[in-house]
Formats: sequence, structure tokens, C-alpha cells
Amino acid sequence: MLPLILEDVSFAVNGRTIIDRISVEIVAGPRTVILGPNGAGKSVLMRLCHGLLNPTAGVIAWRGPTKGGRRQAMVFQRPVMLRRSALANIVYGLRLAGISRTESELRARDVLEVVGLAALADRPARVLSGGEQQRLALSRAWALGPEVLFLDEPTASLDPGAARDIENIISAIHASGTKIIMTTHNLGQARRLGDEILFLYGGRLVERAPVGRFFAAPASAEAAQFIKGELPWQ
Amino acid sequence: MEDMQLAFGEAARLIVGLDRELVAIVALSLQVSLSAVSIAIVIGLPIGAVIAVSRFPGRQMVIALLNGFMGLPPVVVGLLIYLLLSRAGPLGEFGLLFTPAAMVIAQAVLIIPIAAALSRQVIEDAWREYEEQLRSLGASLFSSALTLLWDTRFSLVTVVLAGFGRAAAEVGAVMIVGGNIDGVTRVMTTAIALETSKGDLPLALGLGIILMGLVLAVNAGAYLIKEMAQRRYG
Repeated sequence: MLPLILEDVSFAVNGRTIIDRISVEIVAGPRTVILGPNGAGKSVLMRLCHGLLNPTAGVIAWRGPTKGGRRQAMVFQRPVMLRRSALANIVYGLRLAGISRTESELRARDVLEVVGLAALADRPARVLSGGEQQRLALSRAWALGPEVLFLDEPTASLDPGAARDIENIISAIHASGTKIIMTTHNLGQARRLGDEILFLYGGRLVERAPVGRFFAAPASAEAAQFIKGELPWQ
Repeated sequence: MEDMQLAFGEAARLIVGLDRELVAIVALSLQVSLSAVSIAIVIGLPIGAVIAVSRFPGRQMVIALLNGFMGLPPVVVGLLIYLLLSRAGPLGEFGLLFTPAAMVIAQAVLIIPIAAALSRQVIEDAWREYEEQLRSLGASLFSSALTLLWDTRFSLVTVVLAGFGRAAAEVGAVMIVGGNIDGVTRVMTTAIALETSKGDLPLALGLGIILMGLVLAVNAGAYLIKEMAQRRYG
């Protein structure tokens, strides 16, 4: 289904423009990090790409061939866990994707094993810790075998240890061949996980660059300021 | 004051003696009200869930109407059901008037709006939390509604209890469609009304005490189960 193409995409609510004429082509392969200060429109852009919101102007299209089934998934900043076991949460997503119960359970157990939650498979998902819930949310998305995985500030509400676990899992998902598109306002994370940066400011796509160049020599004043302003809190 | 003492004595005598007539009346009360509650669960909760997750023109009106119907006067409902079930009425051929079945129908009509309106509120609150996640996983509105019904099950216990309280406490509807026939359609509330009008205040009060005890016991039991389950499943 990749590349994902945005042509002059805008999104406004009650006359307030949140996304302002963004055009970009996102290709398979490199991990794309959408970076920017709070209120830049990162989450909204991601929801537009995922299809949770419809643009008020412009076109969003998947231009590549689709090979069956729902091939994109999203993990939210605060994972929403269903009131059932960890395993059943993963099975739920797989069943919605039309996969048989037996096959779903096999896949769910496999992915729980990989993310280190196998021992908690039968625990109610809602009593797991924040870090465990986010790992479970990643498993639920990963189990679907998506071609593209959207991640919206996946570690924003986690402590450093749990955040590191999440980053490792994201790397593993990328290594398994899934395209990663994620937002963060954490520069260290952008550096660790990103291959290319899309820098958003005030709803506009201000800069697009490989991660090394972005941090070494930002082309825009906004990006330079953002990098400088954020660094003391690294 | 003397009446109160007599009443408690009467209640104690009835309970300890397991008065056969009393047992029959209590059993019929529970049977009628619990049947009505079951019907209200099967019909009312899905209505609440569907309204909670869907958007359609006139939705606000439907919700206002539903909320209004929570306060249906039992005598009016009784009268309407009476007209429907009476020999000349459209459903007269079934011969249900003055049977427990008629009482179940009347109480169900009374509490379906309660089940629907209150569950709509509960499920809509949950929908706000779940919507993006469920849409992201590709859930249809219908399967979202089912998922939410299951996921709000602990909160819905309270909704069901509200319905049960209303059914067990009302007298107007069952009086009209049941007729308070001794040994056939006499329930606790109609028996209390009858004993009061006959002037046997101690017996009426005694029955009242038992009725309150029953309603409290059912509520306490359900509440405890709910709390335990909630602690376990989060």
C-alpha cells in the first residue's frame, strides 16, 4: 500500500487550521519520525494518515498495491485496553481482521512471548502497569502484521525503563519489515528511532531531512530553535 | 409508635414462621420483577448501546424522549397495557390480563426506558475513551456496541439494579393489569396496598419491611459482586 501520498492536505476545526497544506510522500523502509513542539499538529497529521480523521482539503492516498486485509495499525499515547485478559485483547484485534479463533490465539501467544508478556497472558489487561499496557498495545498492533504502524507519542507517559522496552520493541517491529511512522517531542527518541524527520511547526511541514542532517544542520530557523530549546531537558 | 412495634413483631412472625402465603407472595414478586428486569436487559441495553455509538438526525430528541420515559407513571403504563390486553383490545385474544405475564409486561415497559437511557449514558462515556482504538482496529459500529456492552458490564450492573428497584417498588401497574388476585397475582406492593386499605397496618408494615429488606439484599449482593469483579478486572 505504500507509498503514502499527501497532496495539499489541510485540516481545520471550527475555522481553526490545525494542518496547513501539507504535501509529502512517505515511502516504505526508513523509520519516519514526525517531530515538533506541542500543538504543531503531529497527532492530527497521524490520525489523518491512519484514516481516523478526514482532511478538510487535499488528498491522502495509498499508491502502492495492497495485498489483502487491513494493513495498517496504530498505537496511541494512552493505550485503551479492553476489560478482558491480555491475550484476549490481542485476539480481539485479530478476530476483527477476520482471522480464525485458533489461529488468533496462536499468533497472540507468539507475540506476547516476543515482547516478554507471556507470563501475563491471562491477566486482566487493565490491571497491568502503564509500561506493560503499552507493550500489550504494541503487541496487539504487531500481531496484525501491518505493513505500516503508526505510533503517537508511544512513550510519553512512561518512565525511562519502560520507555526503553517500548523503543526496543519498535525496533524489532521495524526489523520484521513494518514501516514505522511515529510522533514524538523527545529529541533523544527521535535520534534513536528515526531515519528521517518530518518537522512540523504550526500545522505546516517545515522541514524534511535524514535524522543526522536534521540535528547537525537544520535548514529552518524553527527547527534550529526547537533543537536548541529542547536540548537542555535531554 | 405502637404500630411500628406491632409491625416489626408482625414482620418477624411472618419471616420466622415462613408463612406459606407470604412465601408465595414474595416468590411471585421476585419472579415478576426479575422477569421484567431480564426483558429490560435484553431489549433496553442494546438500544442504549446502539444510540450511544451512532449519530443520526434526531438523536438528541430520541435521547430526551428516552430520558423522559424513565419517569413514566406506573398507573398510566398499567392502564395502557390493560387496554392492550383487555378482551376487546388488540392483544385480548391471548387472555393475559390478570395473569403474572401481564404484570411482567407492564413492569418491563416501565423499566426498558430506564435500562436504555442509563446504559446509553454509561456506554457513551466509554465510547469516548474507546472510539479511536476500536475504529483503528476496524470494528464496525455494531461490533463496537457489543464490545462496549461487555466492557461496561460492571457499570451496567448499577443500571440493572436501578431497573430492579423501580420494578419491585411500583404498585400502580401491577395492580391494574394483575388485579391483586389472592394466590394468583398478589405481590408484595399490592398486598401492602390492600392491607393498608383494610386497616391492618401492622401486616402492611410488616410486608413493607420485608420488601425493603429484599430490595436492599439484592442491591447489596449485586454491588458486592460488582466491586469484587471490578477489583479483579480493573
